Amino acid sequence: MAQRWTAGVLQYAEMGYWQPDYEPKPTDVLAAFRVTPQNGVPPEEAGAAVAGESSTATWTVVWTDRLTAYDHYQGKCYRIDPVPGNPDQYIAYIAYDLDLFEEGSIANMSSSIIGNVFGFKALKALRLEDMRIPPHYTKTFQGPAHGIVMEREYLNKYGRPLLGATVKPKLGLSARNYGRVVYEALRGGLDFTKDDENINSQPFMRWRDRFVHCMEAVNKAQDETGEIKGHYLNVTAPTMEDMYERADFAKEIGSIIVMIDLTVGYTAIQSMAKWARRNGVLLHLHRAGHSTYTRQKSHGVSFRVIAKWMRLAGVDHLHAGTVVGKLEGDPLTVSGFYETLRCDKADPDPVRGLYFEQDWVSTPGVMPVASGGIHAGQMHQLLDHLGEDVILQFGGGTIGHPLGIAAGATANRVALEAMVKARNEGRDIAAEGPDILRAAAKRSRELDMALSTWGDVTFTYESTDTPDLVVTPS
Amino acid sequence: MRITQGTFSFLPDLTDDELALQLRYAIGNGWAISVEFTDDPRPRNNLWDMWGLPMFDHRDPAGALHEINECRTAYPDRYIRVSAYDSRHGRQTTALSFLVNRPRSE
Repeated sequence: MAQRWTAGVLQYAEMGYWQPDYEPKPTDVLAAFRVTPQNGVPPEEAGAAVAGESSTATWTVVWTDRLTAYDHYQGKCYRIDPVPGNPDQYIAYIAYDLDLFEEGSIANMSSSIIGNVFGFKALKALRLEDMRIPPHYTKTFQGPAHGIVMEREYLNKYGRPLLGATVKPKLGLSARNYGRVVYEALRGGLDFTKDDENINSQPFMRWRDRFVHCMEAVNKAQDETGEIKGHYLNVTAPTMEDMYERADFAKEIGSIIVMIDLTVGYTAIQSMAKWARRNGVLLHLHRAGHSTYTRQKSHGVSFRVIAKWMRLAGVDHLHAGTVVGKLEGDPLTVSGFYETLRCDKADPDPVRGLYFEQDWVSTPGVMPVASGGIHAGQMHQLLDHLGEDVILQFGGGTIGHPLGIAAGATANRVALEAMVKARNEGRDIAAEGPDILRAAAKRSRELDMALSTWGDVTFTYESTDTPDLVVTPS
Repeated sequence: MRITQGTFSFLPDLTDDELALQLRYAIGNGWAISVEFTDDPRPRNNLWDMWGLPMFDHRDPAGALHEINECRTAYPDRYIRVSAYDSRHGRQTTALSFLVNRPRSE
């Protein structure tokens, strides 16, 4: 033991950060990292280094550790698995005592787990794949301001995915023209329209003008259809004070939902989640920027971790992939994200990239949003892959309809209702989907035109973010 | 104006055969069927009049269809909706809800 405290540099594994006999406690926070050690660094030392640098360690022995119950605060790498088919990579499992974390703080948890270790020289690359948040920690977070069940009761919409569209073009429309797009899409049959992530308050359209025109459109569409409608008013702003000002105004003029971008930061997201619950306004989160660190399989943070953090942080909606659209999304990996957002208790499922069990202890679910290059002709695949508790957002697939925006919205709604009806009747929608759509299109000119415009459009590129247990494209 | 509340308002009104298939699906999932009616379908009016209690113990689509038709006979000129309730922990909410009757002129 004397050696352990001799001044100088020791291997992390020798300082107690590699403990293959350690049995994680039910209260521990667990993390699974994909580790690519530098040549010559043994995997156990790499795992220990990650455990050390994400908890108490620094590069050298410090005597001040002995002023603490250091073995309590040390992160412990307790298991290392080789990655099938990839001899350079390992999955390192690390346990952290609950005492390492501030209650209810995503900023603190992320600073602890990913704060310092990703630039570590002894590793070529590092990726945080998944975390197990114990119930004791989960219960210190607010969780979704409303959640899936409350949102459906608020909207009075059941038994089918919700439909939305992002207003296009993303930039340049005046407030008046913007409101026109919202009105047409909502009256045509969508439940929601949405600001894009980069629509905040620019010279061509200031936020207040946009809010006023959008709410005029929402109210008129509600009156004409008898349905609750909403437009995600993006309140993303330079400062928290500006965000509160915009959100307060949105509520004052009757909006049921506001929106923020992931780029505002975890603390701002938690603040807005509290605002949303306090004010009875749904909170939509756009995952702007996430692909910079979630997409590559060797380095970064998996989106399933971001999804978990955002459910704790308290958003009601989160974009989580479409499988069939224009953006990255392996079917099994995306199904793991959806599971993370919606279920109350998940078992480990390596085929879907879920490394741990996760008990949400009645934390409400987050409504996943599927957006990006999807159209009515894919309705059977969308319902089959993504299920019912999801918002399907057809931006181009609504606004680009040859008969106009309202017709595009109607086409999507007819396709959706026809597919849900057929599924409930016991038909095999994955196989019979195209027939079901064609039959519905005989009674809907709008759907017929949508199918002839986009029916064949697919985005068949290989995914980069895939589970290890299926073949990874080289 | 056609009110578009409910899961199937953009499709042609369901026939009784089609309705029976939806009831079979709901009952097969363990959901309880209920029937409600109103002359005030404004979007914020959640509190439609109940046609009896939810049919928690009714496992036969034909029985549920009978209740729906009784309600239609009694209130032919009102909106009538059929809902299926999922009482499982974690849901405890409506799982499916659609209109089965509309006034002659909306």
